[in-house]
Amino acid sequence: MSNKNIGSKVIGWIDYRLPIFSTLKHTLVDYPTPRNLNYWWNFGSLAGIFLLIQIITGIVLAMHYTPTVEGAFASIEHIMRDVNYGWLIRYIHMNGSSFFFIVVYIHVFRGLYYGSYKSPREVLWWLGLVILLLMMATAFMGYVLPWGQMSFWGATVITNIFSAVPFVGTTIVEWLWGGFAVDNALLNRFFALHYLFPFLIVAVVILHIVALHTHGSNNPLGIDKKGPQDSIPFHPYYTIKDLFGLSFVLTIFALVVFYAPDYLGHPDNYIPADPLKTPAHIVPEWYFLPFYAILRAVPDKLGGVIAMISAILILFVLPWLDTSKVRSATFRPMYKNLFWILLVDVVILTWIGGSPPEGNFILIGRIATIYYFTHFLILMPLVGVIETTKPLPNSISESVLKKSIKGDK
Amino acid sequence: MFIINKTLQIFFILTIIVFFDLTNVNANSSNNTTEMHFSFDGFFGVIDKASARRGLQVYTEVCSGCHSLKYVSYRNLSGIGFSIDQIKSFASQFEVLADPDAEGEVNMRQALPSDRFVSPYNNPNQAKAMNNGALPPDLSLIIKARVGGASYFYRLLNGYKGAPENFDTSNGYYNEAYSGHVIAMPQPLYGEDVEYLDGTEATLEQEVIDLVSFFTWTGQPELDERKSMGFRVFLFLVFMTGILFISYKKIWKKVKAGLV
Repeated sequence: MSNKNIGSKVIGWIDYRLPIFSTLKHTLVDYPTPRNLNYWWNFGSLAGIFLLIQIITGIVLAMHYTPTVEGAFASIEHIMRDVNYGWLIRYIHMNGSSFFFIVVYIHVFRGLYYGSYKSPREVLWWLGLVILLLMMATAFMGYVLPWGQMSFWGATVITNIFSAVPFVGTTIVEWLWGGFAVDNALLNRFFALHYLFPFLIVAVVILHIVALHTHGSNNPLGIDKKGPQDSIPFHPYYTIKDLFGLSFVLTIFALVVFYAPDYLGHPDNYIPADPLKTPAHIVPEWYFLPFYAILRAVPDKLGGVIAMISAILILFVLPWLDTSKVRSATFRPMYKNLFWILLVDVVILTWIGGSPPEGNFILIGRIATIYYFTHFLILMPLVGVIETTKPLPNSISESVLKKSIKGDK
Repeated sequence: MFIINKTLQIFFILTIIVFFDLTNVNANSSNNTTEMHFSFDGFFGVIDKASARRGLQVYTEVCSGCHSLKYVSYRNLSGIGFSIDQIKSFASQFEVLADPDAEGEVNMRQALPSDRFVSPYNNPNQAKAMNNGALPPDLSLIIKARVGGASYFYRLLNGYKGAPENFDTSNGYYNEAYSGHVIAMPQPLYGEDVEYLDGTEATLEQEVIDLVSFFTWTGQPELDERKSMGFRVFLFLVFMTGILFISYKKIWKKVKAGLV
């Protein structure tokens, strides 16, 4: 790492002793990036920005929030009414979590489509999944904090999942609760952990970026870079592209925050928690619905919990379940179709997760759950073997430049 | 350009699916009744302040007999056009517990603009005891806290109709809009329940609309400011997105031509 172009003497002096500036320059400026990345590659940096938005708004909210069962709900209303622009900060935080999940889910599906989990990026993929798990824990605990009806009953349902563990289930649940019911002790520890976890996410994000920069970004063709002609520096080319994408997504975000701030939430959470009154339907936030559908698809409690957890854990072994040597679905006609079917399957699971568990919904949920696991456990290994892939281009630059010259005519 | 257009289209479709379709499952659309239209609907809709003030009158003279409004302060009434003197005199009709005095005696004092709306009951148990075991909900967030929001509230207060034959209403009153059709609250409004200070005719329809305006405001006092700020933020972001897009195309021109 040379620090010749680093600028002033002071920066040079510091950088000689702690190479923070040259590391940043290497990461955000020089980083050689494939020249053919499409818009789906915007979502990584978008996820980072939303994490930042959540942390900043969350710290401000924590300054005004009261983590007690008597005070929590009223302190949220205090934020909404008495704190200067408290409504804005809270609405950004509430909807920011939804957007964080949208962006991350698109990021994950992009990885699935272009085979970004394949060698040598398996650890990068794992770290991403760890981030997803941490996000889920953080979002769940955050939803409990307003102490509305859905907060309380969501917390009750989800913590009770652990009672399915054989022999020690009840002990684990009581340990989580810090008592014999969902009460003040739980609210307090959820608040503490909800504040802690985002910083764990930041730590794993840093590892995620280190792993990314070790072998560089994957690209829509899924082939390795052959030389310097295949890449361009991150700045200014991808900084400007990411900024454009960010501005576009923020525009949609603003429309939701300012014009439909409660659309993604549930009205019941504006009713203070009442342990004696169960809501008609207990539904988690939308981003948990596919997993909730899988949980309920299995008629056995422990089985349901195992299925739900496996739905994510299975992604950890994906690099070995996928037997194809070709990364990008662009050159994999059969896998491309399977990808879209999987996406539809997840959409169906989301719909089922939000529907009452009765009648045909149960049947559809079970079929969709079975298909989800069939996709990863049977179809992925099989297709990699039987599929005839299309011929890969020789290099990124050759493919891109051919296309752009054709485009000019 | 073709690829960009296509990508943007897909992105649009995905976003639309996520927001306007999938998440509807959260909202449990069991009521298929047609949506009502109110002054605060849409991008530029604002709360009708005169209507909200009439709603306050209906709340004060009718609803507040049983329902609290404990997240709203008297001083907040400036948001629907009351002057500070009007607020002071309005608040002074009510009494709250004072802080202990020098001798440790706790007395009552007149409410101040900084006090929250005084609740009709001292505690939930008293409220239940005086209402056949049913707790009248706090109304501060009533519009936000119900599926269907303002439309549901409107249908509920207009939903007191004769019960069908053989319908068991021994546990309450028949209401078309209420889930299960048996509600613990007797019909609160019939029309001509109040004499409006501004001379508006107090039909049932008018009273309910005014309450909707008032409770939309108590639930979302920031609504007007939020929408006007949102519009300015939106314009700015559209402008910035355009500028960034042009910059992006310009910076990438060389890359596309294969010169970098």
